[in-house]
Amino acid sequence: MVMAYLAPTPVLEPGQDRTMILNMGPQHPSTHGVLRLLLEIDGETIVRIMPDIGFLHTGIEKTCEAKFYQQVVPLTDRIDYLCPMTNNLCYVLAVEKLLGLEIPPKAQWMRVLMNELTRINSHLVWLGTHALDIGAMTVFLYCFREREEVLKMFEMVSGQRMMTSYFRIGGIALEPPMGFFERVREFAGRFSEKVDEYENLLTGNPIWMMRTQGVARLSAEDAIALGASGPTLRGSGVDFDLRRDMPYSGYENFKFKVPVAQEGDVFARYMCRVQELRESNEIVKQAVDGMPEGAIKADAPGIVLPDREKMKTQMEALIYHFKIITEGFAVPAGEVYQAVESPRGEMGYYIVSDGTAKPYRVHMRSACFANLQTLPKMCEGRLLADVVAAIGSIDIVLGEIDR
Amino acid sequence: MGPVGCAARGKVVSLAPAITELEQLKGHPAVARLLAWNPAVVTGVKFDRDEMTITVERENIREACALLRDDAECAFNFLSDITCVDWYPAEPRFEVIYHLLSIPKKERVRLKVRLDSASPSVESLTSLWPGANYFEREVFDLFGIRFAGHPYMRRLLMPEDWEGHPLRKDYPVEGYR
Repeated sequence: MVMAYLAPTPVLEPGQDRTMILNMGPQHPSTHGVLRLLLEIDGETIVRIMPDIGFLHTGIEKTCEAKFYQQVVPLTDRIDYLCPMTNNLCYVLAVEKLLGLEIPPKAQWMRVLMNELTRINSHLVWLGTHALDIGAMTVFLYCFREREEVLKMFEMVSGQRMMTSYFRIGGIALEPPMGFFERVREFAGRFSEKVDEYENLLTGNPIWMMRTQGVARLSAEDAIALGASGPTLRGSGVDFDLRRDMPYSGYENFKFKVPVAQEGDVFARYMCRVQELRESNEIVKQAVDGMPEGAIKADAPGIVLPDREKMKTQMEALIYHFKIITEGFAVPAGEVYQAVESPRGEMGYYIVSDGTAKPYRVHMRSACFANLQTLPKMCEGRLLADVVAAIGSIDIVLGEIDR
Repeated sequence: MGPVGCAARGKVVSLAPAITELEQLKGHPAVARLLAWNPAVVTGVKFDRDEMTITVERENIREACALLRDDAECAFNFLSDITCVDWYPAEPRFEVIYHLLSIPKKERVRLKVRLDSASPSVESLTSLWPGANYFEREVFDLFGIRFAGHPYMRRLLMPEDWEGHPLRKDYPVEGYR
């Protein structure tokens, strides 16, 4: 049997088909979930690459149509399990736009704070696994050390580490507990040193630079034509960030820089995301320092659940609670598209209401879904080993791609 | 689809009524550009909740998008999203929805095409934006809309041998057993 493997490969005549098809995934560790790639290779060079997706398709969009508006919030967590709050935010903003609901400043600032912590969480997982794919083991352990801190803060406010469902239509679910802001402040004070630590391990490291610089290039024109967004777009030199350019949820009150890199290679996207870690940390600091006082939910009794205390003392609150839970609330007919800057790019929710208590149609525009289309452009004509670096650099989450 | 006053009180602001008169919305650069090209293309406009929606004839969607992309005033150079809504049992049954974004102008516009259930097909945008590829395949997979001129019109998310299009309204939520 062994001899069969050792037998010399047949000599190919000129003009004969030299390429072979290689199947990568869906269980390959560097495909970050269940991405399957069909690679046509000539020796070690990629001739064609075709992503095959849909292994994680759960029909969330269809499920949403059968739920009340408030029941959709926990489903949105499951779309992108690395940034649950970004999805929560995008959904509740879209419904609030449909309703014409204004939310109090404290809820807005809490949303921004939690969103930036989510971005830090998501980028830390990306950095750890991306470095692990390329062969730098230590960074993974460092990143998960800080991520653990962020997850503990999520648990403090929402009771959950990953599937937080913390935002509600009209505000946020709970008042942040005592000691939460001190903990965030302490974390944010130390975090930029930690980013220095990661950068010490990677940015100037010759092996890292050889594996990433000039690899998987994407030009700005191609990035726009293929619908890439987020760091994949900014790594190619397009200066566009929805938080700054089309602000939502009070982002116009915060000062931050948008990191842009011109080269369009894996290293450029790496630099964008690492700088984003620092900028997100700055936003977290500003949000904690300027946190306004006041209510965390809008005063809209038919839409927002009443406090437990009021339910026990006021008949009206009890009736509203019963009605919201059993029959939901009607949302005026219409349609909205709300986009937010998720850690991976433009996350958009398109919601159509027909005037009833259940959404007529919910569509999620996921950033990874479009970003994945850039993979053939990045990899064709390059070596097989670069595919792993390219997949890591577009930061895919299959839950979001397949929905 | 007019705005309905919301029953709840308090911080709910009353929604401004949707503007659907073409006369009032002529000033919008995208509408102006399309009207200057061919007034028959625009079959409806709506400005609601700060969002602009333009319904165009189904034969002209590709040219309309090309115009809006290349015009310096509009510069809708980024295709955000393509999706579909099924209005079963009404006719025309399907609405294919295109969300365009202008990166230089920081503006969005929504284009709509109405398709009847007898021949749900529309021209593909892959020649303008190669990124339309996956979005159109997804709409084909889940709604059964065909995109003429698409390079690889196969199912994307569902298995190859799946029967039916799950996001259609006449497809049960729990599936066929």
